[in-house]
Amino acid sequence: MVLALLVLLAYGGQQMATPYEVGETIPLSLEPVNLPYYLLRTTLRMFIALGASMIFSCVFAALTTKYRAAEKVLVPILDILQSIPVLGFLSITVTAFIALFPGNLLGVECAAIFAIFTSQAWNMAFSAYQGFRTVPAELKEAARVFKLSGWQTFWRLELPFSLPGLLWNMMMSMSGGWFFVVASEAISVSNQNIKLPGIGSYIALAIEQSNLHAIGWAIGAMLIGVILYDQLFFRPLLAWADKFRFEESGSDTAQSSWLLAWLRRTDRMQSLVAWFGKLFEHSFGLFRQRYDGTSVRARPQTVSGTPERIWDAVIAAVVFYALWTLIHFIHTEVGWGEAGRVFLLGSYTMLRVIVLIFLAALLWIPVGVWIGMNPKLSERAQAAIQFLAAFPANLMFPVAVVVLVKFHLNPDIWLSPLMILGTQWYLLFNVIAGASTIPTELRYAAQNFGLKGWLKWRRYLLPAIFPSFVTGAITASGGSWNASIVAEYVTWGDTTLKAHGLGSYIAEMTAVGDFPRIALGIGVMCVFVMGFNHFVWRRLYRMAENRLHF
Amino acid sequence: MNTPIIELKSVGKSFRSADGSARAVLEGVDFTLNEGEIVALLGQSGSGKSTMLRLMAGLIPADAGQVLYRGMPLYGPANGISMVFQSFALFPWLTVQKNVELGLEAKGMPPKERAERAEAAIEMIGLSGFEGALPRELSGGMRQRVGIARALVLEPEVLLMDEAFSALDVLTGERLREDILDLWESGKMSTKAILVVSHNIEEAVMMADRVLVFASDPGRVRDELAVSLTRPRQVASPVVRSLIDNVYGLMTGGSTRQSRVSAKEVKLQLGDRLPEADIARMEGILEVLAEEPFHGRADLPKLAEETGLTDEELLDVSKALTLLGFAILDGGDIMLTPLGEQYARTEQIERHELFGRQLQENVPLVAYIRHGLEQDPSGDLHQDLFLRLLRFTLNESDSASALRIAIEWGRYGNLFEYIYTTGVIHLSRDDNEAQAVSI
Repeated sequence: MVLALLVLLAYGGQQMATPYEVGETIPLSLEPVNLPYYLLRTTLRMFIALGASMIFSCVFAALTTKYRAAEKVLVPILDILQSIPVLGFLSITVTAFIALFPGNLLGVECAAIFAIFTSQAWNMAFSAYQGFRTVPAELKEAARVFKLSGWQTFWRLELPFSLPGLLWNMMMSMSGGWFFVVASEAISVSNQNIKLPGIGSYIALAIEQSNLHAIGWAIGAMLIGVILYDQLFFRPLLAWADKFRFEESGSDTAQSSWLLAWLRRTDRMQSLVAWFGKLFEHSFGLFRQRYDGTSVRARPQTVSGTPERIWDAVIAAVVFYALWTLIHFIHTEVGWGEAGRVFLLGSYTMLRVIVLIFLAALLWIPVGVWIGMNPKLSERAQAAIQFLAAFPANLMFPVAVVVLVKFHLNPDIWLSPLMILGTQWYLLFNVIAGASTIPTELRYAAQNFGLKGWLKWRRYLLPAIFPSFVTGAITASGGSWNASIVAEYVTWGDTTLKAHGLGSYIAEMTAVGDFPRIALGIGVMCVFVMGFNHFVWRRLYRMAENRLHF
Repeated sequence: MNTPIIELKSVGKSFRSADGSARAVLEGVDFTLNEGEIVALLGQSGSGKSTMLRLMAGLIPADAGQVLYRGMPLYGPANGISMVFQSFALFPWLTVQKNVELGLEAKGMPPKERAERAEAAIEMIGLSGFEGALPRELSGGMRQRVGIARALVLEPEVLLMDEAFSALDVLTGERLREDILDLWESGKMSTKAILVVSHNIEEAVMMADRVLVFASDPGRVRDELAVSLTRPRQVASPVVRSLIDNVYGLMTGGSTRQSRVSAKEVKLQLGDRLPEADIARMEGILEVLAEEPFHGRADLPKLAEETGLTDEELLDVSKALTLLGFAILDGGDIMLTPLGEQYARTEQIERHELFGRQLQENVPLVAYIRHGLEQDPSGDLHQDLFLRLLRFTLNESDSASALRIAIEWGRYGNLFEYIYTTGVIHLSRDDNEAQAVSI
């Protein structure tokens, strides 16, 4: 079985590197028979992107925590990258990737993989950075007293400590991955239409041909894909990572996985693991600290402030230069009027995001609290919601178009709910988590005092779930911004529905291939998302941290 | 006997506070750790004893003076020095065996050899059978045994113990302490010297050949006491009791001989640290003191026994009581002042008033806050104003806790009120009105 899996992967990998010229069309068919193969290709892309994000996160965290100079530059850059919409990356980078591998499909593959990578890497990197930074001081000291080298500390202390958070983030951003896999396989840039073999292209083709049956098949295949990923990949991984949880006392929320249990029982797997483990430990022997504190080599260099000041000056110069180029760019390429118009569009989209979050909160808070207060229900509901969150919402878009066209509804209003279709689950998920951690004593107290109605919500339930609500809302709003590019500009066959907003602007410009305007749109979205994060969410978050904590 | 292993020569260490000014944690410390001895460092929290331990472990560099290990300057953690941590600092994802092997693995020792040595260490410390367990499966005492085995497997010359028993309950801590002393006496371990940092006086006296008492602000060695009793020592024996008494005296104010002088010494400055003493505990001690069997005067160790407080807590409370003029410390004893007796007898409402008055007179920080509020037309000020002031003399966390304590006391003494969510300190409504009328 393991072998069969390997053969499959190898086959899929080989197919990725087939020759290809720009302009060629890759044969695709809507026959359901092809779906397993497409699923394989898509899954492979996901895997590669996940691996890349993992490596990126580790390198990022290691660099930023070891070198002050790197931290000063990389963390703000990541903050900006995080707020750039994923599809924006795709439209900008695809040409570069194609140029990188001329005459080969690998370039386009890379672009698609990169898009998936961007939907996961940033928050994973932040989570790893957080993890590395919050390693308890005594453990760090222990690592130093026992003279672990940098390499050893990384594998023995820093990575294990941050792993649970990292995996959790990986799983949460998986839904984003599925969402964008659909968008990124069918790339239409500069009036070119490249469709890589995969589920996403299948769906895109089905949309072009208005084939509702094929959409049904695709939904089915996606369902299977998500389930397989969950059962064969994430469950085992989470169950395995359980031992890295730091709370030293045992907790009862352990994950379980049949696959991991089976692997742990199989001798051959065990010997394989042991072999890898040995290899690993061998590397510890190679990269060890060869001297101790009495050696001259351990003598601290005299630190002077000059290099740091020079570095600061360099950063400032680069930032100024970038600003100047930006102003120059807007002035010559697009004009200030256009920029103003894009900002206006941005505020439309912002209005949508705010209203939608509010509506979603109105709907999901009561439901979430109700589920969260029933421990039995909440356990099952959480698994279901995780699954729903991983399910790409854009599969539902065609249905929406059909309905909208049929009833002649105003797309400016009725397209908006699509934005939050996929991200509302974060909200529900977090509210449930918050409600289920309300201390039992507090619950009894509320019952005892006979809190009822609005008073009960205002004085007891809302404050109790507020911190987790904010956490969920941050993710949900970020996701909604991202989704706006797809959700404000929806096509089904020949019908195209468009809502006024920043998302549709970017989508439209991408279709036309107008690079300066794509860049402008993305830049503006970036500004909005970052502003929103800094001025609204972070403050709410800090308030929640300080005041409404058990 | 007197071969020095680690020497500290007029070592100083300071940390930068928020406004960039340096604050001395240690100043001019001279110390020698010799072969064949156990030394205990005692002092209240913030007296720099943990900093000194970390200097000797090579974890932090000294700002002034020199740290020598076997006559050579020490720049970082050395092979012959090992450490046991207060919170165990075990790697929770590694089994007991792997945790113990950690230091050997880091050295690049082949797997077979290090497994053998780890097993030997595990057996020596009484953990056989638990090799495959994860730390989270073990109780606190067992975990610390792993921590000790992990340190001993490296066969260190020097073992540094940073409050190694204080996270354990009393009985477990005592057991472990005895086991280590047995190992030490039996000569089974290669360790030539042990340094113990503690705030438990009994622990220090039971273990050490020398007890060093630290003074705070800046940290320095205030007194040294040689304990020339053979181990194992009996806690109940009169010699040990009187030694413990003696150390209490040393810790509460100068040396025993000059206790009269020390009573004056406790007068506080505006930017000083405040003792970590909550009001309920202070009142509790006052009441216990006033009643049977103490009648206003108690031996500190006895009081600790009676109230179940740790040494650190009791010392903080007694310091606070002396500050406020409710008690005086004399050697290892605490005595109620007439005011303290009055306080213990009065009703709740009058207590607030009395407490407030004493605060205004004796705690400059509280008086300063009250004064500032009275001067201010609106009657409210933000806490950050005072925090900034405190940061001139204290570090980040100390100034925060000093202000927190000042606010807690001031609130109890009805001197001002405080709103947590906004961080604003303000006069209570009645005061405000009274003031308005007077204007």
